Amino acid sequence: MPLIEYRDALNEAFAEEIERDPNVFLIGEEVAEYDGAYKVTRGLWQKYGDKRLVDAPISEAGFIGLAVGASMLGLRPIVELMFWSFCTVAYDQIINNAGCVRYMSGGLINCPIVIRGPANGGTSVGATHSHTPENWLANIPGLKVVSAATAYDAKGLMKTAIRDNDPVMFMENTLLYGEKGEVPDEEYLIPLGKADVKREGADITFIGHGRAALTALQAAGQLAEERGIQAEVIDLRSIRPIDEEAILNSVAKTHRVVLVDENKPFCGVSAQVATMIQEKIFDELDAPIRRVCTLDAPAIYSPEVEKLQLPTVERIVAKALEIL
Amino acid sequence: MTETPAEVEVSPVDYAKAPINASLTAEDKVRLLRQLYSIRNFERVALKHYNEGRMGGFLHLYIGQESVAVGTCSLLGENDHVITAYRDHGHALAVGMGMNECMAELFGKATGCSKGKGGSMHFFAPDKNYWGGHGIVAGQIPLGLGLAFAVKYKGLTGSCLAFLGDGAVNQGVVYESFNIASLWDLPVIYIIENNRYSMGTSLDRSSAFRNCLAERADGFRIVWDIANGEDIYEVRAKTWTAIERAHNESRPTVLEIDTYRHYGHSVADAKHKGGYRTAEEIEKYKNLHDPVLVWRRRVIEEGVVAAEEADAIDKETRAEATAAVKFAEESPVPTVEAVQQDVYFEVDRQTEAGRTGRHFFND
Repeated sequence: MPLIEYRDALNEAFAEEIERDPNVFLIGEEVAEYDGAYKVTRGLWQKYGDKRLVDAPISEAGFIGLAVGASMLGLRPIVELMFWSFCTVAYDQIINNAGCVRYMSGGLINCPIVIRGPANGGTSVGATHSHTPENWLANIPGLKVVSAATAYDAKGLMKTAIRDNDPVMFMENTLLYGEKGEVPDEEYLIPLGKADVKREGADITFIGHGRAALTALQAAGQLAEERGIQAEVIDLRSIRPIDEEAILNSVAKTHRVVLVDENKPFCGVSAQVATMIQEKIFDELDAPIRRVCTLDAPAIYSPEVEKLQLPTVERIVAKALEIL
Repeated sequence: MTETPAEVEVSPVDYAKAPINASLTAEDKVRLLRQLYSIRNFERVALKHYNEGRMGGFLHLYIGQESVAVGTCSLLGENDHVITAYRDHGHALAVGMGMNECMAELFGKATGCSKGKGGSMHFFAPDKNYWGGHGIVAGQIPLGLGLAFAVKYKGLTGSCLAFLGDGAVNQGVVYESFNIASLWDLPVIYIIENNRYSMGTSLDRSSAFRNCLAERADGFRIVWDIANGEDIYEVRAKTWTAIERAHNESRPTVLEIDTYRHYGHSVADAKHKGGYRTAEEIEKYKNLHDPVLVWRRRVIEEGVVAAEEADAIDKETRAEATAAVKFAEESPVPTVEAVQQDVYFEVDRQTEAGRTGRHFFND
């Protein structure tokens, strides 16, 4: 299988869906002529032109609202946010319009839109550019939320998100754009609502999404190597809908769980996962549920320290050892 | 009441002679009168039941502004779309929605246009190119831009009439939208219904402007105009010019239409009379500038309709509104199960996607 960068896996998904469906177009700041701030859309404008790759002014509320309106009439916009952090200036359009229009119209109007972009800390750009809004958005019934950790997942999930008839908020990661992964030549789709067991193990379960799943995977490797402990790593991939079955099956097998989450702890995605485990399979637990989240403060700038603010292998290992 | 009161300012231009109006048949003119009365009576009847505590939430009455929705929406073709804010009953009826589905929505019933899930501020009828009914001030404006974008993207000749109030012009998304509409040549027509009060704050206390609000469009290279809202002929003539600009040049327009609401911002607005505006002012508009009476007088003067016929239309539409209340009263409320329907398309249709993963998180 070809080894390609995460960003190029997304790029392939856009190209394939643009070619497949004339209603698909991609809009955002500098997505066309500039090739995208993170080069995720590079080459697409040359290939597909102004109609399918639309450079928007710096008006997130304006162009996200435009995309929602266009989707009501049957278009399938893919909207790039240069940073998901910038969703704050477009929150009304995302929450009230994309999130509520189907409901408030009694199901008469659909909003088949994808909003995507990087949603991560760890790049020393300060608090305003380092938000992880997946938990904010997953709190809204009507929105779907997806987070891709690998190139393979990014492509398969993106193609599904574009074809989905509900609004999908797609979380990417600037630290992962350059990571290479195997992506098959032939077409494939990954359903929303299906987690991926990134590593099998019988002693303890780590559950995370996005880059946190990869950090958990590293921690699992270290535990296996140094202590012979086999951790199972579940990558949620989709946050809403969520693969409850995969979570419960794994915890019922290992009886111990550490939730790894780049969200802040208060009402983070892991808080919801913990609730589900506690509600559904309390008796299966041999130890309290533990969490490793981003340290609870706005993202610090200082590069060396910010790395420690995010979940680290060391913190995951330490939490695991507390309950093993 | 066929004579013109002395205080009424007669427009120096007779817009009845504009081609779009000269082509109106007697039947067309009577239909406009019927629409005016429909909206007026729908809301009068709704108000009565709202005051009896039979409805929830807010009721933002359009009474006094009917000529704007009726005049503009009388011009819509196959690919012309409408979106508006929360004062949406008039536009809904003007595009052809039925009183039953609208009244049932106010009563929170399953037979309502939004199945009782939207309420007064959220009427929708996409089959009539009517995209709501939106509660957040100016939140609908980028959506209207997007509807116009989609019309153009699909290669259709059409437009979107995006309505907003004089209060909404101070929201940032309006200017993001103006910029994009002009930059990308989108066929959107922004109609500012200037009723002079942004909730309980007068125009002069809420907006900085030189001569009028629409003039702000100048900075975006968008053609603008102002119209006297009580004259349906003028509303139609100026809106038609904008629609033709959208259809033929794919260019936006900002059209400010002067109008007046007889009631408060919402029914709950206790200070609208004698508070932020005087009782005399309201009386003046009711007596001299009521758009229903102005049009009634006009068509009677033209000999299109007799006073008795106009009275009959008034009566019939009131009866229709009363019947709509009966329909609403006899309709069921939504089931508790319906609370979680119409959230996700894929779940409602039970598609493969809708059956994969957990979508809802009840306790």
